[in-house]
Amino acid sequence: MGLLDQQFENDNVFITSLDGLFNWARLSSLWQMQFGLACCAIEMMAASASHFDSMRFGVIPRATPRQTDVMFVAGTVTIKMAQRIKRLYDQMAEPRYVISMGSCSNCGGPYWEHGYSVLKGVDRVIPVDVYIPGCPPRPEALLEGIMKLQEKIRHESLAKKKSIAV
Amino acid sequence: MTAQEVFTVLKAQFGDALTEEKISAAGGSAAVGYALQEWISIAPEKTKDICFFLRDDNEMQFDYLSCLSGVDYNNGKLGIVYHLFSMVHKHKLVLKTLCTKDHPHIQSVSEVWGTANWHEREVFDLFGITIDGHPDLRRILLPDDWVGNPLRKDYKVQEFYHGIKVPY
Repeated sequence: MGLLDQQFENDNVFITSLDGLFNWARLSSLWQMQFGLACCAIEMMAASASHFDSMRFGVIPRATPRQTDVMFVAGTVTIKMAQRIKRLYDQMAEPRYVISMGSCSNCGGPYWEHGYSVLKGVDRVIPVDVYIPGCPPRPEALLEGIMKLQEKIRHESLAKKKSIAV
Repeated sequence: MTAQEVFTVLKAQFGDALTEEKISAAGGSAAVGYALQEWISIAPEKTKDICFFLRDDNEMQFDYLSCLSGVDYNNGKLGIVYHLFSMVHKHKLVLKTLCTKDHPHIQSVSEVWGTANWHEREVFDLFGITIDGHPDLRRILLPDDWVGNPLRKDYKVQEFYHGIKVPY
C-alpha cells in the first residue's frame, strides 16, 4: 500500500470505501511482535492467556518482526537493548505501529532518576503510537490500548490530509 | 573454626600479607550474644595465594565462594569483599581487600573458585578495579564502549551514547 498511500487528492466514495475496507482489515488482525522485556511481559502474557484473551481482537503473538504489524514494548528498555529495538523496528514492514506498555517504556519508570543504563522512554529510539500507563498495567489496560490503536487505524486514509489554511 | 583460629593460621603462614594486625568486626555484640560478622583484611597482591591455601588446607577447606562484591569506601579507597563457606566443615569466613583509586589492582581468585570469573568482571565493569591475572577481563553488564564506572561514588552519567540521550 505504500504506492497508493497518500496519493489521492480528494475524498470520493471510492476512496472512502477502500479506506473502510483496508482499515477494517488492518485493525482486525494486528499481529503482535512480542517484546516482553521485564515485569510487563507477565501482564502481556496474561492478556494473551484465556481469561483476557487478546486473540479475540485478532492479536496473535509472532516472534519475528517480518510478519508483524504492531510491536508491544513491554518492560524496561536498557540502552544496550535500545539499539536492538531500533534494528528490529526497522525490520518490520509498513504499516507498523508501536504500543509502549508500562511506565518503564513510556518514560523510564521508577529508574528515571538514578538508572544510568535505562533508556528513559522507548520513544527516544522509535516512534510510539499508543502509550499505556501503569506499573504494570493490568491486562484490561493493555486491551484498551489495543482498542485505542484500532481507533487510530480506523481513521487512517489513502487521501492526502488537508492542511487547515488560516 | 572461628575467624580467630583462621587468623592465627594465616598469620603463621602469610604473616606479611595480612594488612591489619587484628580481626575487625563492624560493631559490638548485642545483649543476646549476636556479633556482626568479623573479617580478615588481606593485601591485594596476595589474594590468590591466600585463597588457594584457604581452599586446600584440610582444617579449613573453604571450597565455596558465596559472594564477591566491590565496595567504594568514599575515602579514596576501593575494595573487594569475599564471603567464603566450607561445605565440609560448615564454617564461614569474610575476607576484605583494599586498594586505592590511583592504583586499583587486585589479584584475581578465578583460578581458585570458578564462580569468581563473572563476579570479578562485574567488579571491573562497575568499579573499575583491574583484576590482575583474570583470564577474560572485559565489561559484563554495560556495553563495551561505555565510559565510566557507575558504582563509584563520583560517577557522572554521560550525556549521549551513540546518539541516544542518557539522562532523563
